Amino acid sequence: MIVFAQAAGGFFSWEWVVNHLDDIWDRTVEHLMLTAIAVGVGMVISLALSVVALRYRWTYAPITWFTGILYTIPSLALFAFLVPITGLSVLTAEIGLVSYTLLILIRNMVAGIDGVPPATVESARGMGYTNRGLFFAVELPLALPVIIAGIRIASVTTIGLVTITALIGQGGLGFFILRGLNLFYSPVGTTQIIVGTVVSVGLAVVVDLALVGVERLATPWSTRRAAA
Amino acid sequence: MIQFLGEVAAWFGDSANWLGTSGILNRLREHVQITVAATAVSTVLAIPPAVWLAHRRIGGTFVVAIVNIGRAIPSFAIVVLFLPISIRLGLGIGFWPTFLALLFLAVPPMFTNAYTGVAGVDPDLVEASLGMGMTDREVLLKVEIPMASPVILAAVRVAAVQVVATATLGALVGWGGLGRFIVDGFAVRDNVVVFAGALLVAGLAIVTEIILGAVERRVVPATLRSRTEGIESVVA
Repeated sequence: MIVFAQAAGGFFSWEWVVNHLDDIWDRTVEHLMLTAIAVGVGMVISLALSVVALRYRWTYAPITWFTGILYTIPSLALFAFLVPITGLSVLTAEIGLVSYTLLILIRNMVAGIDGVPPATVESARGMGYTNRGLFFAVELPLALPVIIAGIRIASVTTIGLVTITALIGQGGLGFFILRGLNLFYSPVGTTQIIVGTVVSVGLAVVVDLALVGVERLATPWSTRRAAA
Repeated sequence: MIQFLGEVAAWFGDSANWLGTSGILNRLREHVQITVAATAVSTVLAIPPAVWLAHRRIGGTFVVAIVNIGRAIPSFAIVVLFLPISIRLGLGIGFWPTFLALLFLAVPPMFTNAYTGVAGVDPDLVEASLGMGMTDREVLLKVEIPMASPVILAAVRVAAVQVVATATLGALVGWGGLGRFIVDGFAVRDNVVVFAGALLVAGLAIVTEIILGAVERRVVPATLRSRTEGIESVVA
């Protein structure tokens, strides 16, 4: 029991946390920025590819095949591919992070639009909507719950992956995990590993809940939530 | 760029990089070894309880909760976190922290995917089986498990690919595997080795996906194939 208490006592240092609150805050903001850019750029690319896939059905299979391969490549390997080309930079981190959002986002965008009831589309056409008007005023809003479900998965996944970018000189909260790894034998090290992990998971939960809130505000007509 | 790719090709052409403890062949063996071990143990730990609980319809809410939390946990953090834990448990560095982290990361998605598969079997079918006089045990063994088999196999495949990816990070905590080339390449700023390592790791992940996908198509009857659509996969 005493041994256990000593072990636990030597595992976490509140003192370190209190002395590094500023650091933790800065890395959290950096983490959020890396995530926001990745998901934002991922959404723009995915929307474009989804529109293509919806317009020309035969492109859907190759698009999901290619983004599926990107999704299968282990993150460390994907970043390692890019380092010789774009160096240890934010760009390298973002290209990798964006790549992982595409499959999830495109799949949900296409499924969302496909899920719009044909009768609704028919009525909209009867009311005189053009193709463009139909897409932006009818299909996209009705597909929003499914699209936002995709954005939630992509965001939570990206928040986890940002930590790995610490190995290529970025990392947000992953910075603490990497530094903790180098000091793993001391409480200062394990404290940093735990702080990096816990704050990163906390961030994912907060962002996920925030997106649920966005969905409720954006789709006031829907009373039931789309499954994540 | 062309010159760089030439250097990578030359690296692969040098037999010294293939042989010995730190050669490609040994690193590949280590990578495959820990992947097979972790996937096998995860399967034993995750699938039977998932199938049983889904059969009994116990714990649906719990399953949704682990799916959501599981996605938020960074694999990098878990691998690193298991290093001090493993040392405190007296298991040292290298194999054990990597192996335990792999189990920790592979079991939850495997459990939830298998659970969803069995719970998703058409209730009418279960009803009909009971109506035909099947016992509870027969419904499980002759209806639910065969119907859910494509999803269960897909759950194993998805976990195996995830384990290949995460095992790469084992290089950070003293394990070998193909991740060594990337991590060591970073350390000495040798882009040729980094790139070659990335090729090997990505290749192994894709080959794992293809082989297990082929096994799945062989084993699963055509009529059940479309059922693996909504399976949960994770980037690591």
